[in-house]
Amino acid sequence: MSDRTDLLLSLADDELVLGWRNSEWTGIAPFLEEDVAFSSIAQNEIGHARALYELAAAELGSTADELAFDREPEDYRSAPLVQLRRLEWARTIARHWLYETADEIRLASLKASDDSELAGLAAKIDREEAYHRMHAEMWIDRLLATEEGRARLDEAVDELWPYALGVLDDGLRPELRARAGARLGRGLPEVEAVPRGVHGAELTELWEEMTSVRRSAPAGSQW
Amino acid sequence: MVTVAAVWDALAEIPDPEIPVISLVELGVVKDVSVKDDAVRIDFTPTFMGCPALESMRRAMESKIAGLGATADINVRLDDSWSTDDITAEGREKLREAGFAPPAPRQAGRLELVHLERGFGFRCPYCGSTSTRLENLFGPTPCRSIRYCDDCRQPFEQFKTI
Repeated sequence: MSDRTDLLLSLADDELVLGWRNSEWTGIAPFLEEDVAFSSIAQNEIGHARALYELAAAELGSTADELAFDREPEDYRSAPLVQLRRLEWARTIARHWLYETADEIRLASLKASDDSELAGLAAKIDREEAYHRMHAEMWIDRLLATEEGRARLDEAVDELWPYALGVLDDGLRPELRARAGARLGRGLPEVEAVPRGVHGAELTELWEEMTSVRRSAPAGSQW
Repeated sequence: MVTVAAVWDALAEIPDPEIPVISLVELGVVKDVSVKDDAVRIDFTPTFMGCPALESMRRAMESKIAGLGATADINVRLDDSWSTDDITAEGREKLREAGFAPPAPRQAGRLELVHLERGFGFRCPYCGSTSTRLENLFGPTPCRSIRYCDDCRQPFEQFKTI
């Protein structure tokens, strides 16, 4: 498998798995606007995953659906940050903000790539992600405005920080640290990143649910 | 023999699946049409990438072209070639009449929340007031936000700028 395909699958798996996690708020978010927001963000992320899988599928002679649903859990390249099941609001917001911040840095580097197909797709994805970032930043403002919000955000960010570093390659991590530190007005823990390819039970549970329909009916079934 | 003009005319009859007041051509998603014998090639750009209407747009185009006695080859462009700036002037007016505020033009710089929260000329599609504020960045479909008009006290759907 080429480095390019490997990269496409990492990006696509991040977006698919995070989209799935975000969709877990559908119907049960703390209030209606957030129910709509997280459902919409989930829809966008899964749309990005589809486009990225299509580029990878063209190289592999496969299809987007096969790449999304027919691999074994250990073959997913998603970063551990997106795999965590965090149905608690401060952690959900912290994960959302950390991921969107890391993703902006990653997309900026992809947009500057010599690979025009990948650069063009990254530019299109980034236009949608701008709304996700604004949504995340709005929540950071809100949490930083009160003592309790600040304390809960700080605790969640510190817990998730090693996972956030793991979204990016080594070379892009200092920028994430600088941006996150500037926004929070404090330093982030000096820790080792949790790298890609580390899968816990949470991914397996997610995979079982996510692929259950696909596995229950043979490929090519008509609905 | 099918002509390029006949293909554009046929595509202009296809309504957007989610907002049927506007056609695919007015939406600006058809980027190019070429014809060779009875094969029609259509270059098409998705709007929002998670839009579930994409497949239905593709099928509608294939069926229209089949109606002209030709076969369609739909080439989906996964690049940054579609913007809400590509919605035609007629399309924008139709959206407004149907109660959807058309998208603001793309900004040169980075899109910031402050641009959307207040002012900046977001106009209520019902009463025309610009005293409107952002209620939710996200709405009933990926392409829309929810705003509220402080003059006629109506929430309304605002097309996002992409």
